Amino acid sequence: MGEFLLVTVQVDMHDRLAMALQDDLTERIVANHARGVLIDISALDVVDSFIGRMLGNIASMSRVLDAETVVVGMRPAVAITLVELGLALPGIRTALSVERGMQMLRSGISGHQRSVFETGPDDRQS
Amino acid sequence: MTVNRSESIPVRSQEDVVAVRQRVRAVAAEEGFRLVDQTKLVTAASELARNTYIYGGGGAGLIEIIENGGRKGLRVTFEDSGPGIADIALAMKDGYTTGGGLGLGLSGAKRLSNEFEIASTPGEGTRVTILRWR
Repeated sequence: MGEFLLVTVQVDMHDRLAMALQDDLTERIVANHARGVLIDISALDVVDSFIGRMLGNIASMSRVLDAETVVVGMRPAVAITLVELGLALPGIRTALSVERGMQMLRSGISGHQRSVFETGPDDRQS
Repeated sequence: MTVNRSESIPVRSQEDVVAVRQRVRAVAAEEGFRLVDQTKLVTAASELARNTYIYGGGGAGLIEIIENGGRKGLRVTFEDSGPGIADIALAMKDGYTTGGGLGLGLSGAKRLSNEFEIASTPGEGTRVTILRWR
């Protein structure tokens, strides 16, 4: 994965576990110098306001740490329910699949183009 | 109106909130609710179960299948003996929270349900009921 972290959520998380994931991930972004985080929620059959808030927090914290977050694989029923619940997940980038999400991260979504350009020449020299 | 099926479930921990989600999902699926309706019921129940645990200091949930004039519905009732809600209208407003959440629990659960009832007495407790017709 190189500069990207991939997180696959595979269990129905209770709130403490969701908070632990948020904290662990934030530490990992720094420890791994990650430039992007991909969170695969395709196994989740429900996303309530707490999990939605956690996804938003991860996106905000990673942005502050100069990394982008893309949430991938949201099920249609979950998307319909989230919007009706009143959570439109503002500030969260989404993609339909892991592949599409990776493409978004690689192409440097939302203002990362400059960073990618800056690191490009260095990579070739080494 | 008849109650065809009913099960009670404790709401005394975060793990219980997860168990509520799983039981509501299982009952809704067994009773033939569409996937989107299952998801709405589970999500609404999750919000209310969390409220029961966090604000109500714990309580219980009751999952029921009811029938009324040939219509089948899934009803979930959460009851606690916590501090109660002084101003229900305020608590129902989007974004209002005394906790630190998003303030979408009650209002969101109402939007996800066909019928919604809340009764609360300060000092005695709170009871919230949601119902979705199949």
